[in-house]
Amino acid sequence: MRVEVRFAGFGGQGIIKSGIITAAAACIYSGKNAVQTQSYGPESRGGACKSEVVISEEEIDFPKVTSPDVLIVMSQHAYNEYAEKVTPGGTIILDPDMIPHEKKLKNVKIFRVPATKIAEELGRKIIANIVMLGAFSAVTRIVDKESLKKSVKTNVPKGTEELNLTAFEKGYQYGEKLLKS
Amino acid sequence: MKTENNRTVLTGTHFMNGDIACAEGALAAGCKFFAGYPITPATEIAEHLSKRMPEVGGIYIQMEDEIGSIAAVIGASYTGLKAMTATSGPGFSLMQENIGLAVMTEAPCVIVDIMRGGPSTGQPTLPGQQDIMQAKWGSHGDYEIIALAPSSVQEMFDLTIEAFNLSETYRVPTMVLADEVVGHMWEKVVIPPAEKIRIVNRKKPNTSPEKYLPYMPDDDLVPPMACFGEGFSFHATGLTHDEHGYPKTSSSGVQQKLVKRLCEKIRKNADKIVKVREFMVDDAEVIVVAYGIVARAALSAVKEARKTGIKAGLLRPITIWPFPEKLIAKIAEQAKKIVVPEMNCGQLVREVERNVQGTSVVFLSKLGEDPHTPMEILEAIRRNC
Repeated sequence: MRVEVRFAGFGGQGIIKSGIITAAAACIYSGKNAVQTQSYGPESRGGACKSEVVISEEEIDFPKVTSPDVLIVMSQHAYNEYAEKVTPGGTIILDPDMIPHEKKLKNVKIFRVPATKIAEELGRKIIANIVMLGAFSAVTRIVDKESLKKSVKTNVPKGTEELNLTAFEKGYQYGEKLLKS
Repeated sequence: MKTENNRTVLTGTHFMNGDIACAEGALAAGCKFFAGYPITPATEIAEHLSKRMPEVGGIYIQMEDEIGSIAAVIGASYTGLKAMTATSGPGFSLMQENIGLAVMTEAPCVIVDIMRGGPSTGQPTLPGQQDIMQAKWGSHGDYEIIALAPSSVQEMFDLTIEAFNLSETYRVPTMVLADEVVGHMWEKVVIPPAEKIRIVNRKKPNTSPEKYLPYMPDDDLVPPMACFGEGFSFHATGLTHDEHGYPKTSSSGVQQKLVKRLCEKIRKNADKIVKVREFMVDDAEVIVVAYGIVARAALSAVKEARKTGIKAGLLRPITIWPFPEKLIAKIAEQAKKIVVPEMNCGQLVREVERNVQGTSVVFLSKLGEDPHTPMEILEAIRRNC
């Protein structure tokens, strides 16, 4: 089955990195087929940014996302742009501190993860994307936790592995808590 | 992607992006010289080779611009190195004059163009297929080049090797014409053991230095190439030259012989050079002709069309230049309609039209952020079946 995941926010939040980590986890560490594509503005930092992952047991012909099953969103602008494009019955994982204005959406599951705040508590705002990845793993189970952790470890800068894995774990725990509530 | 070794061929399974796969393909092919100027969406090729070239004993130079980059690549090629540059539309435009020099002096080299939206600086971070005709006709004068269009990250690796092999075989600039999606996309790449990779090196003279004529072709129309520093008298000039390599600028005979040979060494070998991929073409009534990332949307559309009983097929030119004329003419005999989706205002479709007598050709243009979706191509198939 083809699963489509879209990460969106602004350049500099690690949106593209999140997509690469997820796709590598599915492909290299879970033995599935996966492809990551991206779209960002020429300004790179601060501009609109999205990163898309397609995961499938079969060969992936078209690598772009057309109807995302999951949206992980970290900016108001990206939320406004993509929230209504999620597949009916799909999932949105959002950072409520970055997205103060939510729309009334029907037929989607919404998980609010204060990833930026959690990252700040860990001392590095820049790892908010990894907190979101942890939550993504817990609430969707699309890619298993251990594969994602391995992929986080190999895809983050040297010396930051422990910090990133802690961020992942915090996000995972927050996601599990949301599932139970 | 991080590398911490001095292996030239990174045998194994990797998750990498198209640009990095291209860079690794170049190294696996034996490329030892890269000169370039960073430009989105080709920058990662330069960035990766700036790390990897020193690891494998090669040379990386960031030049002052793209004119200097291609000039340095041609110079390196004259000394016997396999050399490459990588750029995008604006840089590709700047390289055109010296691409003519590489053609005229028969300097093997590989030019990678990761196509973004143009004209001019256009859309730096978004895909296009707008340099198709420029690749063929961008420099002045009559000539032939070879251009390959990858559709996946694996092909960025494989076809970069193939580009070097073709370039060395025919002593002609060879282009890897990829689009931004393929360049930036991350996918699985399997790099085979070095001994399993087919490598071609340019022909060397088998005569003594006294008897060597640097532009005297063999039967395949390609002259063996001595390089600077090998003890042979080797000349290079952009002026019309005879077999010695000396300028002969007022002889119609020399001009005819040289320019015709430069064209014919590719045209007469086209059957050996041309590669396409076919999918369910045999009984197809509607055939999509697509390349690069668009071919993947087309493949998905053709599979969907087949599910509903429409006899659709896909022909994907891997070789864009020389254009697979004979194969297109052949499918046109059976197909009722040919659909050509491209991320431009109509470029390769002209070549398709030129080679299909009587069969109607439907062009599907897409410009801007994303390539055609499978649904858009499927609708075109449905309208034309």
